[in-house]
Amino acid sequence: MRPPPPLSKVGISGRGLVVALPYLWLLLFFVVPFVIVLKISFSDVDLAIPPYKPLLEWVGQNSLAIKLNLNNYAFLFTDALYVHAFLNSVKVAFISTVLCLLIGYPIAYGIARATPTTRNLLLLLVVLPFWTSLLLRVYAWIGLLKANGVINNVLLALGVIHEPLNMLYTPFAMYVGIVYSYLPFLILPLYANLEKMDWQLLEAAEDLGCRPWQAFYKITLPLSRNGILAGSMLVFIPAVGEFVIPALLGGPNALMIGRVLWDEFFSNRAWPVASAVAILLLILLVPFMMWYQSVQARESASAR
Amino acid sequence: MNYRRTFFITTCLAFGFAFLYIPILSMVVFSFNASKLVTVWDSANSPTLKWYYSLLHNEEILDAAWISLKVAVINASGAVILGTLAGFGLARFEQFRGRFTLNAMTTAPLVMPEVITGLSMLLLFVAMEQWIGWPAGRGITTMTIGHMTFSMAYVTVVVQSRMATFDIALEEAAMDLGARPVKVFFLITLPIIFPAILSGWLLAFTLSWDDLVISSFTSGPGASTLPMVVFSKVRLGVSPEINVLATLTIAVVTVVIVGVSLWLTRAGKLAEAAAAEAARAAAAE
Amino acid sequence: MANSGDAAKAVAWRDPNARAYVEIDRVTKSFGDFKAVDDVSLKIYKGEIFCLLGASGCGKTTLLRMLGGFETPTSGRILIDGEDMTGVPPYERPVNMMFQSYALFPHMNVEQNVAFGLKQDGVPRGEIAERVATMLGLVKLGGFEKRKPHQLSGGQRQRVALARSLVKRPKVLLLDEPLGALDKKLREHTQFELIGLQDKLGVTFLVVTHDQEEAMTLATRIGVMDHGEIVQAGTPSEIYEFPSSKFVADFVGSVNIFEGKLLEDEPEHVRIGSEELGATIYVSHGISAAPEAVVWAAIRPEKIFMSIAPPPSTGVAGDNVVRGAVQDIAYLGDLSIYLVKLPTGKVVRVTQPNTSRHAETITWEQQVYLSWDASSPVVVTR
Repeated sequence: MRPPPPLSKVGISGRGLVVALPYLWLLLFFVVPFVIVLKISFSDVDLAIPPYKPLLEWVGQNSLAIKLNLNNYAFLFTDALYVHAFLNSVKVAFISTVLCLLIGYPIAYGIARATPTTRNLLLLLVVLPFWTSLLLRVYAWIGLLKANGVINNVLLALGVIHEPLNMLYTPFAMYVGIVYSYLPFLILPLYANLEKMDWQLLEAAEDLGCRPWQAFYKITLPLSRNGILAGSMLVFIPAVGEFVIPALLGGPNALMIGRVLWDEFFSNRAWPVASAVAILLLILLVPFMMWYQSVQARESASAR
Repeated sequence: MNYRRTFFITTCLAFGFAFLYIPILSMVVFSFNASKLVTVWDSANSPTLKWYYSLLHNEEILDAAWISLKVAVINASGAVILGTLAGFGLARFEQFRGRFTLNAMTTAPLVMPEVITGLSMLLLFVAMEQWIGWPAGRGITTMTIGHMTFSMAYVTVVVQSRMATFDIALEEAAMDLGARPVKVFFLITLPIIFPAILSGWLLAFTLSWDDLVISSFTSGPGASTLPMVVFSKVRLGVSPEINVLATLTIAVVTVVIVGVSLWLTRAGKLAEAAAAEAARAAAAE
Repeated sequence: MANSGDAAKAVAWRDPNARAYVEIDRVTKSFGDFKAVDDVSLKIYKGEIFCLLGASGCGKTTLLRMLGGFETPTSGRILIDGEDMTGVPPYERPVNMMFQSYALFPHMNVEQNVAFGLKQDGVPRGEIAERVATMLGLVKLGGFEKRKPHQLSGGQRQRVALARSLVKRPKVLLLDEPLGALDKKLREHTQFELIGLQDKLGVTFLVVTHDQEEAMTLATRIGVMDHGEIVQAGTPSEIYEFPSSKFVADFVGSVNIFEGKLLEDEPEHVRIGSEELGATIYVSHGISAAPEAVVWAAIRPEKIFMSIAPPPSTGVAGDNVVRGAVQDIAYLGDLSIYLVKLPTGKVVRVTQPNTSRHAETITWEQQVYLSWDASSPVVVTR
């Protein structure tokens, strides 16, 4: 009879192997890059390939110097353009999130209260646009909003207006684009949360004298809090750094930080500045990302 | 149910879906418009298929589509492997060293703006090239690695949530009957969660196929994906070929999604009927 | 509920030389500060049906899972057929488990489910087919081979789960609340089927349940568990008629418990004075207790005789008789439950079979006499 191996020993090494591969991959390709971005944000522009000076330099025979160039950050904080871009991005993302909530909550609610067959159909209809390319759907709005676009043509034909409205390349177009693209990202987690609700709670409330709107306000809304937060984070955080929609629909006045980063990088070849922008954006967003994580953890804990 | 409320909800739903679908429908309609201005209907020559012919002979777009396809397939397959391991591990193993980090690393890509992820990965590739000589220049390889990194986060979420509803007694029963943990995973767990893995694959494929920002950062000369080509065209304004591309994409997606859900409903109905029959037979016993 | 081979088994645990088939030796399982199983020692003999009975949270499932290898004891040993199996993983134990939810593999049909364990053992294909067919015949599921679990009823699924575990000829079969998911009629039927199957195959069963009726029907011996400990182990009749504590007396079946003090303590009888009862209880056997100790007399409802007229003398004047008023009646068809309120305020539960269709009608508010035989009360000291 051989001595039985302790279960824990067999268990742990097996577990380690399972998660090792994804862990190492993400560590290398997701985390390490941020360290590099941080490093480059402290370096100088160089007319070379790659276009930045190294951080460590040999000075004389045996000394190694680290040059931490804080100019990039100073530049960002003092130049009005960048400050404005950051603030504008947050403002736009925030307003878009609120709009998505106003439009998306009734939709999610409607789907959650529908009969199972209707529900599946409606979910399908919500998910379908999500699977078609974002780029193409944003492009659709170009066609709708331009001067000789569909909306203007229809309004002109109906006689509602006499001159085409200037909608494209305005902040208005950008809001439309963002809300349109991110709506499914709000509806789906919110629906997932509402679907788990016990509708008898509303009936109990009404039985105890609550009016329907009060019942919604006092019961449904608070209980769907996690869904609202999750959906809002899924809209807000990526929207702050959104690039495509401002590039295609927003005009020169729609200054979003994602676009700034892109231009610094591709047009100006200013890698260190772009890196500094990225780091600042990351610092701005990390608290929100942690909030999102904690909301998710709360949701799964209450589900257990 | 309260009728006023139902009316309100129904109206909201109607407007909501109209909002979602009118842009899509307008793209489809104008793909048949002969005029180069796209949105000005040329009734003399429309509807026409001339832009369809034009698109399907456009070398640039076809090449880009081919590259997108290659990248998307490799990305999806790789992401599924990484994501399933991560999702399974996070769901099954309550405690392990690095759990918090892994959890954070698989949720961050879901919300992080793509410009940040794209920029950081490009800088990594540049640094790696300097230090160890690989990857030599950016292209399909770097782009695929980039896609896999953020796709696997999505697959992890899908697998993890499927595992949450997976009855652990099934795995325990298999071990009780003599199967070692690895065998249990391949014989029992994997076949049962297969639909989730498949939807993870489709999700990863779509994300890669549609991706613009990360591709732009991590790609190189000669490796332009379809979204990159579309973007460069669309920056200049509308283009009828893009409408055609949109229509074709929507058609394919609709067929696949509708097909899959019909198949699932049918499978569900069969299972229901079989269960009902079994219950009747048992009652008669 | 005894059956054929029981006469031989019935003596096994009283024989000091009999070797235990499953030995649980001072096993403790802690989760942090919480002790789910607290220093439990138990010997189970070959061919027994042993039931662990207790309320939820008492530790019985944890103990079962340790036997199956799904949890490792914090301290103590588990021996199966003489071999130390503590820490051996489930796939290397000669023990199989039937799960509460049955855990049938949904993507395999009945045949594949039952054959799974044999395949893992590397049994040749021909032998697998033969053993599966035999086992399916035994559980009366012949012809169901190609069906999938979702095409089976609850009772059928259970039989597949049973077949799947038993086909491997395990030394011990662990059953986790086997009858919980079945409706009443099916439960009774399955109880007898399980006993028959066990008898035929001679496998040692260890059953975990919270349902005392299930335990009383199935078990050759019952182990009553409370807060991680085994408070009493014995045959069903021993547990029922000679509970060792208030807890056991109250847990299995219903009981009336009267607190009192020892008035007389002799080797062949004791007399207890109970204020609760408002009378004295004469018990015709001795007990071991400290003088002047507080004790409890437990009397089962069916052992109390209820009448409108004063009962004939029970032998010792004044003992074992009280008067009361009927407060509540529950008519259950085969018997009726009466709640009788005594002058002291205590409510006594009495059950009487409805032997006659036109019985002497005892109604609400009726004044009655309650009496019992001197051998009926059980005296417990904790």
